[in-house]
Amino acid sequence: MIWTAILIDGVVYAAWLFIVALGLTLVFGVMKILNVAHGAFYAIGAYAAASLIGVWFAGDRPLVGGYVLLVVASLAVGLVMGTLLERGVLRLVYGRDEVVAALATYAVFLILEDFILLVWGTDPYFAGEPATALGADDWFGLAVSNYDLLLVAVAAVVGLLLWLGLNRTRTGKLLLAVIHDREMSAAFGIDVTLMFTMTFVLGAFLGALGGALTAPKISVAPGIGVEVIVLAFAVVVIGGMGSIPGAVVGALIVGLARAAAVLLLPSVELFVVYAVMTLVLAFRPYGLFARAQARRI
Amino acid sequence: MIRKSHSRGRGVLAAAAVAAVAAVAPASAQETMRLGVVTFVTGAAAGPFGIPARNAAELLIEAINAGKVPEPYAAKGIGGAAVEMILVDEAGTTTQVVQEYRNLVERRNADAVVGYISSGSCLAVTPVAEELKKLTVFFDCGTPRVFEEAARSYVFRTASHATMDGVGAARYVVEKLPDVKSYGGINQNYAWGQDSWRDFNLAMQALKPGIKVTTEQFPKLFQGQFSAEISALLLSGSDVVHSSFWNGDLESFVVQQSARALHTKSRLVLTAGETAMFRLGAKMPDGVVIGARGPFGVLARKTPLNDWFRQAYHDRFNVPATYPSYHMAHAILGLKAAADKAAAAAGKRPTTEQIAKAFEYLEFEGVGTKVRMAIGKGHQAITETAYGTYKFDKSTGEPTLVDITHYPAECVNPPDGVDSVEWIKSGMKGAKC
Repeated sequence: MIWTAILIDGVVYAAWLFIVALGLTLVFGVMKILNVAHGAFYAIGAYAAASLIGVWFAGDRPLVGGYVLLVVASLAVGLVMGTLLERGVLRLVYGRDEVVAALATYAVFLILEDFILLVWGTDPYFAGEPATALGADDWFGLAVSNYDLLLVAVAAVVGLLLWLGLNRTRTGKLLLAVIHDREMSAAFGIDVTLMFTMTFVLGAFLGALGGALTAPKISVAPGIGVEVIVLAFAVVVIGGMGSIPGAVVGALIVGLARAAAVLLLPSVELFVVYAVMTLVLAFRPYGLFARAQARRI
Repeated sequence: MIRKSHSRGRGVLAAAAVAAVAAVAPASAQETMRLGVVTFVTGAAAGPFGIPARNAAELLIEAINAGKVPEPYAAKGIGGAAVEMILVDEAGTTTQVVQEYRNLVERRNADAVVGYISSGSCLAVTPVAEELKKLTVFFDCGTPRVFEEAARSYVFRTASHATMDGVGAARYVVEKLPDVKSYGGINQNYAWGQDSWRDFNLAMQALKPGIKVTTEQFPKLFQGQFSAEISALLLSGSDVVHSSFWNGDLESFVVQQSARALHTKSRLVLTAGETAMFRLGAKMPDGVVIGARGPFGVLARKTPLNDWFRQAYHDRFNVPATYPSYHMAHAILGLKAAADKAAAAAGKRPTTEQIAKAFEYLEFEGVGTKVRMAIGKGHQAITETAYGTYKFDKSTGEPTLVDITHYPAECVNPPDGVDSVEWIKSGMKGAKC
């Protein structure tokens, strides 16, 4: 039974990590920017979802509306925050050192943390209805929350849609060309600036979606974005910065390793995620699925 | 200790006034005491801890200046001086906390400081307070180490330390569940979580030698998601699950475990549960054992002072006062009791040293219970404590506690000069229950 628990909890945690890490790795893949503000998108997504759900369920409204609102909240946050940040801040640092961009997003992250306090205050928000309404079912003798299983399905769908979008649509293929070689793509007439904005908005939406989907499970309180960025970063590094299959594998490795630690040897739980990361980096310094680095002359 | 504002022309008048009035005379405009109040105003601990504490400080300081606190605190001011509050945020690294403390004392000329929720802050500020010889009253932090590592001259703590919570919880569990055969724990992986589990664990072993420990979970602070930990607890088959969780972790854990009905398999013991029960309401399952780090909030004794405090707090902030508010109230009232006593003895405004002297081994009326500065050479308070069992009253929509048991201070706190861990290990020798 303990192995079933490790598998279920590992996959559930991996699904959550994957959704959160996806936006981070996508933005890095296309724009070569380590977006620290991703944690703030997550937090604002969670707050926005919690606020909307609070209002929705204050009246006697149908449950399904709650799930729709989770997505609506993330879309709104992604569109507004993503566009503002990309157009207002990031375009000023394009072409500069990667460290400058990372520092700029870190500054934005700090500002957004205060913005959250200003708008939502210090009191925690609850939006548990979408999670509790689904209840729990028995799986091999272990009660498992159905909302957690729903998250696994959502992660699979989001991952699949993104893969199809990148590999089976025209825009996706153009984007892949930009990921591969920005200058050459621009020379062939691809509107790289537009691609950047689209990618960043999509990344922000995915970050906010991670927060919105998590909101029903947690107490939405100041500081939730900080924890997420570190874990998401670990996942992305293990998988290889910018790689979507890498994010899947990275999330599964971290999720399963953590679940195994909690259930078998709780005292190493904190250590295990970073031990895995160190191990991977020792053998593959660019992560498991990193693309070969083309040498530029 | 108490600073006088020197304004030309008024100086003579003020001096005359000081000479003329009794030491605990009403505060005059010329005499102010600058009181630094340090608590979390931002960050994850602000909502459940920092803000309730700040609210209590604001409420009490205004009432003290207006002479509106019931007896025995009806005299205006602290040691006869009107209090001016300087609020400082505790958020930040330990280095920042220490720097802010220095700023408060050296640049902003605070006469005394009341503050600190995090045990880390208390441990870091203590040597600086001693070095600067500034009267500093810790109101909430829990680590026993502050007064067990060395004797202090200027630092006091008016809340009992964490040992009381663990011993009280163990006594309640053994009393209410005499057939308990096993227990597990889920606590945050830092000083507070580890100390809380250590004390509860040792106390359980002392009260029921050989009882089985099933699992010891130590998730990271602010982790927020406990799916795997809840599986481990579900699979452990524990009769009792102990947790000293606080902040969003506490609320998230309660919500997540409810979905998987851990509480129907194990009795949950939440030593800081009171801070979340009003927020969670019906989401907190009935039957959970709840503590408030002392007899505070709904566990408080009914006294005129407590009635006034609860009513005034609710009227002003529209929420019930939880234990961090009580802890803050105790720190300010303790300081007032000591300063008023010192002023009465000196016949004039007391110095810092005179107030510190008066504070040692002081007994004062707290909100909800009596406080005695009985251990740590008179610098560390002990109080009685209480635990209760959660019940959500569906008819009124109010969270309540039933089956409340109070434990006398000597039953759950070590005697003066005895190390808390050694005391529990000895089977809590000398405990008077």
